[in-house]
Amino acid sequence: MTATFLLEQMLNGLQFGLMLFLLAAGLTLVFGIMNMINLAHGSLYMIGAYLAATAVGYTGSFVAGVLIALAGTAAFGALLESSLLRRFYGRDHLSQVLATFALILILNDGVRMIWGPHAMLVNVPALVSGPIELLPGLHYPAYRLVVIAVGLLVALGLYLLVVHTRIGMRIRAGASNREMANALGGNISGLFTVVFALGAMLAALAGAMLGPVLAVEVGMGESIIILAFVVVVIGGIGSVRGALIGAIVVGCVDTFGRAFLTTILREFSSPTVADNLGPSLASMLIYIVMAAILFWKPRGLFPAQA
Amino acid sequence: MRNKIITLVACAALSLSASAADKIKVGFLSTLTGPISGISSDLRDGFNLVLELNGGKFGGLPAEVVFGDDQQNPDVGKQVFDRMVRRDRIDIVTGTMFTNVMAAIAPTAFSNKVFFINANAGPAEFAGENCNPFYFSTAWQVESMDEAMGKYVTDKGFERVFLLAPNFPVGREHLDGFKRMYKGPIVGETYTRLGQLDYSVEIGQIRAAKPDAVFVFLFGNMGINFIKQYHQAGLSNEIPLFGPGFTFDDDTIRAVGEPIVGSLNASHWNEDFDNPANKRFVAEFERVYNRKPSIYAAQGYDAAQLIDAAVRDAEGQIKDHDRFRAALLQANFESVRGAFRFNTNQNPIQNLYLREIVREPDGRIVNRTVGLLLENHEDPYVGQCDMG
Repeated sequence: MTATFLLEQMLNGLQFGLMLFLLAAGLTLVFGIMNMINLAHGSLYMIGAYLAATAVGYTGSFVAGVLIALAGTAAFGALLESSLLRRFYGRDHLSQVLATFALILILNDGVRMIWGPHAMLVNVPALVSGPIELLPGLHYPAYRLVVIAVGLLVALGLYLLVVHTRIGMRIRAGASNREMANALGGNISGLFTVVFALGAMLAALAGAMLGPVLAVEVGMGESIIILAFVVVVIGGIGSVRGALIGAIVVGCVDTFGRAFLTTILREFSSPTVADNLGPSLASMLIYIVMAAILFWKPRGLFPAQA
Repeated sequence: MRNKIITLVACAALSLSASAADKIKVGFLSTLTGPISGISSDLRDGFNLVLELNGGKFGGLPAEVVFGDDQQNPDVGKQVFDRMVRRDRIDIVTGTMFTNVMAAIAPTAFSNKVFFINANAGPAEFAGENCNPFYFSTAWQVESMDEAMGKYVTDKGFERVFLLAPNFPVGREHLDGFKRMYKGPIVGETYTRLGQLDYSVEIGQIRAAKPDAVFVFLFGNMGINFIKQYHQAGLSNEIPLFGPGFTFDDDTIRAVGEPIVGSLNASHWNEDFDNPANKRFVAEFERVYNRKPSIYAAQGYDAAQLIDAAVRDAEGQIKDHDRFRAALLQANFESVRGAFRFNTNQNPIQNLYLREIVREPDGRIVNRTVGLLLENHEDPYVGQCDMG
C-alpha cells in the first residue's frame, strides 16, 4: 500500500464522482424544480453517448462529436419535455415513475432499432490515448485527466450559472419554493423546458465523455442512474452544490471500498472470509453510507427546499 | 354415448403417441433485453438461421418457437418458463444465457419431461451430481476454456499471474478452472461487482502487484470496459492479458477496436475453422444478418442443428422420450466446431484451441486460430454424474 496507489485511487474516485455529478446535476434540478422523478434521465445519457460515438465517427473529431451530441441531446430533451413529460408534473410520483420507466423501454428499443444491439466503438482521441507519469511510479490514463478537467470546468460553470445569472436565480427560486415561484413567475413553463434541456445536455456530456472508457450500448443508462439517484438523495433534492459533494462522496466511497476493503478485512479475519466478504461489502458500501447520511440528515446534506 | 366418446378420445391419444408428432414446440428463453441482449441476439439469430435454411422445420417437423425474455432475472425466467410449459406445452427449452436462470428452471423442465438443450455456459452442477437425462449441453462446461488457458500460461512459463472475475458463483468457477491447470504462483485474485463499469481500482491493484500475466473472465460490457481501460492505463503493452474465448469475442472486438489486437484466448470455435459445416454457417450468417457470427451465434446454430438431427433420427417421435433422447445423444450433425460428441453426462467432449486477435490485411480485426490446446477434452465433473 504505497502513497502513489492511494493517490491513484483518489484520482479514480474524483473522476467517477465528477461524471456522476454531470448526471445527478440534471436529475436534481428536474426533481427539485418540477417535482418530477425522471427515471429516463439515464436514457438521455445513453443517447448522448450514441450520438457522440456516431458524430465522432462521422466528423473524425472528438471535440466536434461531443458538441454535436450535446446539442442533439439538449434538443431531444427539450422536445421530450414539451411534448410529453410536462403533462406529468401535476401527477403523483407513481404515474411519473411508470411513464418514465415506459420511456426507458421505448428509448432502449429505439436506440436498438437505429444503431443495432451491439456495443459501439469509440476511440480515445489519439493525443490523450496513453498514460501519463504524474509522479515517479504513478502512471495515470491521460484521458481520465481530461475527464476530470471537464467535470471540474462544468461544475464551475454551473456554479456561475446558478449563482450569478438571472436564469440561475429563477432556477434557485423554483428549487426552493416551487409554488411561490409559480405564483410570481412569468414564463415558468419556458424555464422548465430550459432546465430539462440543460439536464439532458449534462447527461449527454457524461455519456459522451465516458464513451471511450465504458461500453456504449443499449441499457447503459440503467446501470448508472441508480447511483445518480443516490447522489441526489445524499446531496439534497434540488441542490446543485449538494449534487457535487454527494457525487464526489459516492465516487470516493465506491472507489475506496473496492480498493481497500478486502485488504482491511484480511487484517481482522481469514483470507477466505475476507475474499468472500470484501467484494460483497464493497458493492453495498455506497448504500450503507447513504442510509447513514439520511439517518442524521434526512433531507440530504444541502437541502434546497425551504 | 359418453363411454364412446372417451374411447374415441383414448384411441386418438394412443394413435397420436404411436405416430410422429405433427409439430415441435421450442421455448427460447433468453435474456433478450438489458445490457447482455447483444450476445443473446447472436444466440437467437444463430438458432433461427437453421430454421431459416430448413424452411421453418426441425427434422421435417414444422417448428414453432416461443420466445421469452428472462430479463437476466431467475424469478422472471421461472415465471416465463412455467407459462411456456403449461400454456404452450413446449417439448424443448433452449436459449438461456445465465446459470442462475438455468438453475431456476431446470427442476420444472426435468419434472415435466421438457428437454433442456443448453447452448451457453454449463454449470458444474449439471455436469456433475445434478446431471439429468433431460439436460444436454452443446456449449462447454464453464471451466473448460479457462483450463485450456491455464495450461497455456503454465506451458509458456509465466510465474506471477493476477486473476480477475465478477463476484458470482460462475465467476469463481471460471477462476477455479484456470487454477486447475495453472500450477504457478498467483499474486492477486480479485472479484468485482457483476456489471461493474469502471475498473480503474482493479487496474491500480494489478499495477501494484507487478504480475507477469493477467487472466480475466469478464463478458459483455464488463469485458469491453475492462479491456479499454487496461489499454488506456498503458498496461496492455507491459503485461499480457489472457482469458476465455468469450471475453475476447467478436462483440468485444467490435467495441474495443485496435487496443485488443494481440490478445490470446481459448475457444472451442472460431470463425476461421476450415470445415464445410462452418464455412456454410459463416457464409449464410453473413448473408442473412449482414454481420460476422460470434461464438454465441455458433452456439445457437449448433443447438438448433442438434434438435434438427435428433428429430430427424427419431422420425418425429419426440413424445417418445427414450427414443428422442437416444437420438439427441447421438449428436448426429456436423458441428461448426468440427469434432463433437456427448460424454456420459451429456456435456460435450471437444477440442479447445488457442486464438490470437489479429488485424487482417483488409483492416478487419478478428480472432485467428493459432494452435490446439486440449484435445477431446472432458470436463472434470463427469465422474460425479450418475444418470441411473
